[in-house]
Amino acid sequence: MRVAGKGLIDRSRRVRFSFDGKTYGGFAGDTVASALLANGVKLMGRSFKYHRPRGVLSAGSEEPNALITVGKGAQAEPNVRATVQEIYDGLVTRSQNAWPSLDFDVMAANDLAAPFLGAGFYYKTFMWPKRFWEAVYEPIIRKAAGLGALSGQSNVDTYEKAFAFCDLLVIGAGPTGLMAALTAARAGADVVLVDEDSLMGGRLNAETGAVGHQSGAVWAAGVVAELSGMENVRLMSRTTVTGVYDGSTYGAIERVSQHHAERSGGRPVACFWRIVARHCVLAAGAIERPIAFQNNDRPGVMTAGAVRAYLNRWDVSPGKRVAVFGNNDDAHRTARDLVAAGVHVVGLIDARADVDVGDAAYPVFAGAQVCNTGGRNALESITVRTATGEHALQVDCLAVSGGWNPTVHLTCHMNGRPTWREDIQAFVPTEGAVPDMTVAGACNGVFSTAACLADGVAAGKAALKALGKRTAEVEVPVAEDAPYALEPLWAVAGKGRAWLDFQNDVSVKDIRQAAAENFKSVEHMKRYTTQGMATDQGKSSNIGALAILADATGRAIPETGTTTYRPPFVPVSIAAMGAGGQGHGFAPERWTTSHKRTEEMGAPMIEAGLWYRPSYFPKAGEATWRESCDREVGYVRKAVGVCDVSTLGKIDIQGPDAGKLLDFVYTNVFSTLKVGRVRYGLMLREDGTVMDDGTTARLGDDHFVMTTTTAAAGAVMRHLEFVSQCLHPEWEVAFTSVTEQWAQFAVAGPKARELLNGLVDAPIDGESWPFMACGPVSVGGVTGRLFRISFSGEHAYELAVPSRYGAALFDELVARSEKLGGGPYGMEALNVLRIEKGFITHAEIEGRATAFDVGMGRMISAKKDCIGKVMAARPGLVEEDRPQLVGLRPVKADGALTGGAHLFDAGAEPVRVNHQGHVSSVGFSPDLGCMIGLGFLRRGPARMGEVIDMVDHVRGVQTRVTVCAPVFIDPDGERVRG
Amino acid sequence: MRIDCPLCGARDRREFYYQGAAVMLARPAPDAGEAAWDAYLHLRDNPAGQTRELWQHEAGCGAWLMVTRDTVSHVISGVEMAEDVKRAAL
Ligand SMILES: [Zn+2]
Repeated sequence: MRVAGKGLIDRSRRVRFSFDGKTYGGFAGDTVASALLANGVKLMGRSFKYHRPRGVLSAGSEEPNALITVGKGAQAEPNVRATVQEIYDGLVTRSQNAWPSLDFDVMAANDLAAPFLGAGFYYKTFMWPKRFWEAVYEPIIRKAAGLGALSGQSNVDTYEKAFAFCDLLVIGAGPTGLMAALTAARAGADVVLVDEDSLMGGRLNAETGAVGHQSGAVWAAGVVAELSGMENVRLMSRTTVTGVYDGSTYGAIERVSQHHAERSGGRPVACFWRIVARHCVLAAGAIERPIAFQNNDRPGVMTAGAVRAYLNRWDVSPGKRVAVFGNNDDAHRTARDLVAAGVHVVGLIDARADVDVGDAAYPVFAGAQVCNTGGRNALESITVRTATGEHALQVDCLAVSGGWNPTVHLTCHMNGRPTWREDIQAFVPTEGAVPDMTVAGACNGVFSTAACLADGVAAGKAALKALGKRTAEVEVPVAEDAPYALEPLWAVAGKGRAWLDFQNDVSVKDIRQAAAENFKSVEHMKRYTTQGMATDQGKSSNIGALAILADATGRAIPETGTTTYRPPFVPVSIAAMGAGGQGHGFAPERWTTSHKRTEEMGAPMIEAGLWYRPSYFPKAGEATWRESCDREVGYVRKAVGVCDVSTLGKIDIQGPDAGKLLDFVYTNVFSTLKVGRVRYGLMLREDGTVMDDGTTARLGDDHFVMTTTTAAAGAVMRHLEFVSQCLHPEWEVAFTSVTEQWAQFAVAGPKARELLNGLVDAPIDGESWPFMACGPVSVGGVTGRLFRISFSGEHAYELAVPSRYGAALFDELVARSEKLGGGPYGMEALNVLRIEKGFITHAEIEGRATAFDVGMGRMISAKKDCIGKVMAARPGLVEEDRPQLVGLRPVKADGALTGGAHLFDAGAEPVRVNHQGHVSSVGFSPDLGCMIGLGFLRRGPARMGEVIDMVDHVRGVQTRVTVCAPVFIDPDGERVRG
Repeated sequence: MRIDCPLCGARDRREFYYQGAAVMLARPAPDAGEAAWDAYLHLRDNPAGQTRELWQHEAGCGAWLMVTRDTVSHVISGVEMAEDVKRAAL
C-alpha cells in the first residue's frame, strides 16, 4: 500500500512488470519487493524444506525469503533477491519452489511431516538401509527441496571481469562511508567508493532524521554529487564487495545491466571486479536481526528497519494495521515513523519491562512479548504475552527488531575472528583482522548517525595517514545522536516452531536438538541443522542461532564462537567469475599463418596445446580420414609433401656462452657444432627423465636457434631461463622466443629439392646443403632460413620465413608440390611418417621415460655434466628389466593396434601382475599394408622377433603382435641423405 | 595475492609461475653423492612461517625471483632477483 510521502521513488515514471504471470505497476526506483508490497502482495516465496509460505523479511541483500527467478528462457536467472532486483518495463519475474502455484503448493505437505524432517534428518536417513535411501528418500528430497532451477540452456548474455586499482577503497556509502570517501578525496587520494545499493546513502535513505539542515537522503545526494565531480574518485553503485584476499585485493560483483531491459551492444549483465587498494575503509553497516517466536515466519512479519525503509524510501506501508515488537530503542523509531505517515500502529510490544517511552502516540506493551501469529498465507493476528496473560491483536504487519549485527563478514575472510561486545550484544570486527583496513561506523558497532559521520571522517584521516598523505579539514554535519539501548532477547519461550534460518527452515528446537545430540560445536551444529547454509548464509539468523546454542550448552556467546565467514558475501554467478571463458573464450587460440588456407581446403583442425593444426586435407571421393592420410603419406614417400611446422617452439639463443649453456641443458655436446649445421638434442629434467627433444641449429659463433616440441615450448623456455638465471648467472647468454616470428614449413620427399630449386633464389644441391645443414636463403627476395632436417626419414627441408610471408609461401609450396605429384599433409600423416621411422614424440617421452628407455642412453655424454645426468644414472633408471622402446607389428596383417593398450607374454593372462609394457603410438603404414606401433616393453631390445599379446581392456581389443626394431622403413637411413 | 617484481612492479599472482623452494638454487656438484642429490631434488621443509621460494614472472619480464613468504599469514616480506641471490652465493 502506497502512502503519500516524500520517498525517493520517481512518481513521474510508471513501470510495469510481471510476477507469476500477473502484471503489476510500480515506479522507477522500486525494487520488486517494494513494488509487490505496494500492490498488496505479501506472499513471495516458499521455504526450502517445508514449503512454508514466506514474505519479504528485509529490504537488502540479506533477504532469505523473497527469492525469485528473473527473465525468461535461456536468460532466466534463478534465486535473485526481490529486495535487490530493481523493476523496469517488461521485467518478468516468477516465484520459486512452489507447485502448482505459490498460493497453493502441494509440497507444503512437507510441513505436516516436519516431525520426521528435523535437525540431522539427512544424516539419520543415511543410517537406514541403502535401498531405502535410493528408492524412497532421495527422489522425494530432490523433487521437494530446491531453489530456483537453471534453464538448462546455454546463456546468451555476456559477462565481464575487470581489475581496478586505487589508494583507498571505501566499502559502503552510508553516512560513514560517504564521510570517509569525502575526507580522503578532498585530500587528493585516489578513491573508489563502492555500494551495493542502486542509490548511495545507506540507511540515510531509509530514515527520517536530518543531517545538517537537510534530510539525510538529500545530504547524501549532495556528497555523492561532490564526489562524482572529482577526477580522483570513482563511484561504483550496485557493486557488492564479495571477498577479501591476500595483497589488499578485493573481489566485487557489479550489477551492470540487471536493472534495465537493454542488454544489447555487448553490455554485460554483470562484471566481476578485482580491486587492488593500498588501503580500505570498511563501512559496511549492520544487519538487523529478528526475534524467534512461534510462527514468526508468516508473510507480513518483517524486520523493523525494513518496514522503515519501505515506508521512508519507497512510500510503501507493508500493512494497514501494524504492530512493532522489539527489545531496543530502535524499534520505537519504526512506530514513530509509521504514526507520522498516518499508518495505524496497533501497538509496540517492548520486551523490556522498565522502558521509558514518554508520551508515545501508540500503545506500548512494556515487558511483553509476541509469542505467536495467526493467518494462512499472510499475517492476520499476533498473540501478545503480558504479565496479565495472552492477548490477540489483529494486525497485517509485524515489524520486529532484535537489535543490529555489525556486518563483520569481510573482516573475517582472512582468518579473522570477530570480538563480542556485551553492551550491544553483537560481534564487532577484531582490530587488525585484515591488513591495511580501517573499520568504521555501524560495521564497528557505532550506531548513531552523528557518531557514524564522525567515525567516517576519522577513518578517512586514518587512511590518509596510512597512505602518507596530508589531511584536509572536513566539517562533520549535525545529526541525531540517539543512544542505542537494548536488552538481549533471542527467542520467545513457548511451544511450536520458532524460526531462525528462514531459508533453510531451521527452528530454535532444531538448534536445541543438535545440542542435545552433542553437536555442541558451532561448526557441528551448523552442519547438523543446515543453519546458515542457504544462499543468504544466515546473515539475519546466525547470531540468533549461536545465542540459542550458547544457552542450550550453558556457555557464553563469545565462548561458543561463530562459524567461519567465507566469501562470497553475496552469491556471484559463475558466468561473471568465468566471464569471457565460454566457447572460443575458454582458451586463447593460436593460429598459424596457413590457418585460413588450411580451413579453405576443408582440413579438420586438431588442437595441439593452444595451437590449431590440420588433421588431414580431404579430397573429393575420399570416404574416410584414413584414405586422406594414406594419400598424404604417399606424397612424402614418393613425391613431396608440405606441412606447416611453425607451431614447434623456436628459441633464439645468443651470447658467448651459448654453447656452454646448450652443453648443460642437452645430454649431448653442442659447443662443437659447426656454424651452418644442425644437431638433434635430448633434454632431461634434473630427475633424469626426458623433458623434451628437438634440433638446434648454429647460425653463428654466438648464435643458435633451438626448436622444441609444440607442447613443451613454454616449459623449455622457462627451463632455459631457470638454468641461466638461477644456476649459472655468470654465463653470458640470452634467450628470446621467436616461435611466432617465423613461419616454418617442412618440404619432405624425394622431390623436395626439385621443389625448392624453383623457389629459392639461388639453387641448392647436395654439396651445398647436405643432411643437417642450415643457413640463410633468399626466397623471392625475402631472406629466410633453410634447415635440411627430416621428421619423416625422407630427403627433407624446413624452410622458414618471417611470419608475414608465411601465408604466401604456404600457397606457393602447395601449388608447387601439387605440380610434382604431391601436396599438403596433416598431423595424421605426419604421425604415421614418424612412427615408421621410430621418431619419438610426447606420446613416448611422457614424463616417465628415461633416455635409456627410448634407446638414447648413449646420448648422455660422458665428457661433461648436464641437467639430469647424475640422477639418470640411478640403478633403477637404467636396469635392463625396464620397459624400453620397441616397434610392434600385428602377426596377421589385419590385426588392430590401439594406443594405450597393454602388452603381455603370448598366452599369459592379461592381468596386472603379468604386465610387460604398453603401446604408446599407432598408425596405419600404407607401405607395409598394416598397422604399426611404438611401445615400451620390458627388456624390449632383447626380445626382437618375439610374438606377444596386445590387450586393450578399454576397447576390448586383443591382437597378437611381433616385437621389432622401432624403425619400419629405410632402416639404414639412406633416403634422408640422398 | 600480488608479487612486487623488482623489474616490473607489483603484479597479480596470475602472471607468475610457481616453482618451489629456493633450495633449487644450490645445485650439488655431480660428485656430491646420493644424499646431497636426494635432498636437492626431493626433500623439502614445510614450515608454518617463513619460506623462501622461486617464482618466475613468466607473463612479464621472465625474471626468476626469490620470494620470502609467510605460509601462515601469506605476507610476502621480500622479493629479490634470483640471479642476484645466486651470484652472491657463487
Ligand atoms: Zn617482472
